[in-house]
Amino acid sequence: MSDFAKIQSSPSGVAGTSHGTRSAARWLLSKIMGGIFVLWAVFTAIFFGLRMIPGDPAQAIMGGPGSQASAEALAAAREQYGLDQPLYVQYFAQLWRLVQGDLGTSYSLKSPVVEVLAELLPPTLILAGLALLVAWAMALVLAVLSTRSGAVGVALGSGLEIISAAVPHFWLASVLIMLFSTMLGWLPPVSTNTPAGLVLPIITLALPLAGFMGQVMRDSMAEAQRSAFALSARARGESETGVLLRHSLRHGALGGIALSGWALGSLLSGAVVVESIFARPGLGRSLLSAVTARDIPLVTGVALFSAAAYVLIMAFSDLAERLVDPRIGRS
Amino acid sequence: MSASEPLLRVKDLDVSFGGNSVVSGISFTVNPGECLALVGESGSGKSVTARSLLGLAGPGSHVRATALDVAGKDARNFSQRSWRSLRGKEVGFILQDALTSLDPLRTVGKEIDDALRLHSSGSGSQRAARVVELLEAVGLDDPLRRASQRSGELSGGMRQRALIASAIALDPLLIIADEPTTALDATIAASVMDLLGDLRRAGSGMLLISHDLATVASVADSIAVMAAGRIVERGTREQVLNSPQHPYTRALLAAAPAGKPRFTKLSPASTHPKPPPLQPEQATVHQGEEDGVVLPVLSARGLIKNFPLSKTENFRAVHNVNFDLLPGQTLGVVGESGSGKTTTARMALGLLRTDAGTVELLGGPWSQVPESARRNRRSSLGAVYQDPLSSFDPRHSAEAILADALSLGATRNPRAHRQQISELLSLVGLAPDMAQRRPATLSGGQRQRLAIARALAPKPKVLICDEPVSALDVSVQAQVLDLLDELQQRLGLSYLFISHDLAVIRHMSDHVLVMRAGEVVESGTTESVFTAPAHEYTRSLLAAAPPSLSSI
Repeated sequence: MSDFAKIQSSPSGVAGTSHGTRSAARWLLSKIMGGIFVLWAVFTAIFFGLRMIPGDPAQAIMGGPGSQASAEALAAAREQYGLDQPLYVQYFAQLWRLVQGDLGTSYSLKSPVVEVLAELLPPTLILAGLALLVAWAMALVLAVLSTRSGAVGVALGSGLEIISAAVPHFWLASVLIMLFSTMLGWLPPVSTNTPAGLVLPIITLALPLAGFMGQVMRDSMAEAQRSAFALSARARGESETGVLLRHSLRHGALGGIALSGWALGSLLSGAVVVESIFARPGLGRSLLSAVTARDIPLVTGVALFSAAAYVLIMAFSDLAERLVDPRIGRS
Repeated sequence: MSASEPLLRVKDLDVSFGGNSVVSGISFTVNPGECLALVGESGSGKSVTARSLLGLAGPGSHVRATALDVAGKDARNFSQRSWRSLRGKEVGFILQDALTSLDPLRTVGKEIDDALRLHSSGSGSQRAARVVELLEAVGLDDPLRRASQRSGELSGGMRQRALIASAIALDPLLIIADEPTTALDATIAASVMDLLGDLRRAGSGMLLISHDLATVASVADSIAVMAAGRIVERGTREQVLNSPQHPYTRALLAAAPAGKPRFTKLSPASTHPKPPPLQPEQATVHQGEEDGVVLPVLSARGLIKNFPLSKTENFRAVHNVNFDLLPGQTLGVVGESGSGKTTTARMALGLLRTDAGTVELLGGPWSQVPESARRNRRSSLGAVYQDPLSSFDPRHSAEAILADALSLGATRNPRAHRQQISELLSLVGLAPDMAQRRPATLSGGQRQRLAIARALAPKPKVLICDEPVSALDVSVQAQVLDLLDELQQRLGLSYLFISHDLAVIRHMSDHVLVMRAGEVVESGTTESVFTAPAHEYTRSLLAAAPPSLSSI
């Protein structure tokens, strides 16, 4: 290791900047290729998965089993949406439309899926983004405070984190509504786009996540606190708070960043529950109703969008990790 | 404080953790400009002693003393604030492993600057200038660039120097150095010791902590030997090294391989029962003898190995290495880290493909044939590594590890090999009740004995030992070296023995290869290489090695 360092820093070594640019380009390319592969895999899985659910998609187009559509109307719908074609033809036709950016038309809403997504996306993104921020803040505060206050603090913080990580969204949402809406009347039980309406959904999503992230952060922080570099910082005259903030915090944040990609995934799936309970318009609630209504294009669109968001956020957390930890990507 | 007052006055220091006494009743003083070495093996309590002098003995520790004066102040009832004003300013602390002692996420310059900033020494730009000045003072080239690099970007020696720079940033009166050169190559260790010597001559008092008497011998004025939490012997350097009084000190001195001829025992007579007499076929050596010519059991011709660094650049790990290992003999390979020793060993083991060149084992082709052709001869070649713990499956007991090796991987059921397992254990001096133990519960020496037993299980002719004693305390190292000597004589084994430690190589080898940057710069009989080194690099290695203790 030390000798590699010596070699790379020798004058004969590859010039730093051009090497850096090239490796950054390669990194970006690998992320893009990986992302495309993930989207294709998700599309394929969704396409075949949805067709294994019993029932006739043409019924869904005509308004569900209760609509009592005639056989002719069903046949017409099948032809219009290409459902009478062999499966592989449908698959490649849809894949081709997808490449062109066309996600098809929603069966239930009768409007292009892209437009539906554009309408539903902002409220869900606001909810998930704010929940992630709040979860980060709660996790950091919890991790720092509990690490700072010794063994009892660690035990207390760890217990709190385990409980909050284990709480299911639907239960937490019900308890919060009972407490803050029904009993105290401070906050509305139905989420509107006012700041007050966002508080309960955000807490419902953020609390379990903060529990997970706090655990991971505190573990990395505790490890840093015990390390030789923390000892040498103390031997330089650094205070305990100084060691925590100047050294351990950064090591703890690394653990949190690595989790953030996964966290966004969990927030999107949490949004399905939370948006339904708080009657909040958004991607999650629409996904739920789309699945119930067998609205294949909409389900596919939401799933593909979630996958794309996941790929993007993973790339960002990878990038953030590289910024916080300069050791990554040097070799 | 006046000039005559000691920098450090410790009387009856006791340190315990939850009722377990780690240090008991030790006393010593360090005067300005004086260097006291505290020497002891791992677990002797020397590091805890050093840390309690800074109030950093750790959570759960209980420190008591009738006197604990640090830099002229009674530190017994210090508040955290008083401790902090002392640390870094009056006392500089240098830890062992600079890779982990500097925060890997922060630049070296920031780490050094912390010491200045915490004791509010100057403005930002003044401090930045001082950081560069310090890096230059500890002998780093291009200090401006070094300040912006992180510990992972520096070599081991540069890192240790940067750590020293952070410890001496405020010109402390007292420097405490805990194993400052242990992780370093000999020439780099020697230059770091020179740096510490310079600091001492500049007037700093120094408490030097080490497991190795030879390392401290060049710098220390006086030496205190610690064992099991007590100081067993104390005196001037000459007194302790030349006329040691305590049996433990004598054992420590005897254990050092420097200046001891081949096959002299380094450890006191072994206490374990003598192994049973060997089968005659194991004791015969004459495997390569043909018409009076001794053929090598392992030989290499023109070995080359390159590792790609990038598309256009290669790291030349091994370049044109030749050697012959003769039956019943030891070929020592010495060189600093990165010189290609381990790469050579891996090619000799057939674990790494050669880019060019050939290895022959017992007169037959080895490196250039496929693994299927090697498999039935694998048992004639064994390997012992530096860190046995990571080479064992932690969930397997000692007997399962040996059964696995005895059956060549077919079974880990010890019942199938009960007899051979107990023979192997007694061969390497492990008690029979060790059979059920897991590697993690064995001591470092016992682990290495188990690793040797595992290597011997398929009855090999050749053992490749890669730094087999580098991680061990000197007295344990002595026992393991004695064991290897004994096994060689009884079983007629041939060793390819790799070490960065010249004294160990000299003690163990019949022939020596000196490697640098992938090439063999010198080879010959041990005697000729060590007494009349022909190559300049060999001479510089020999000059950097700590002097043999008997010559002081």
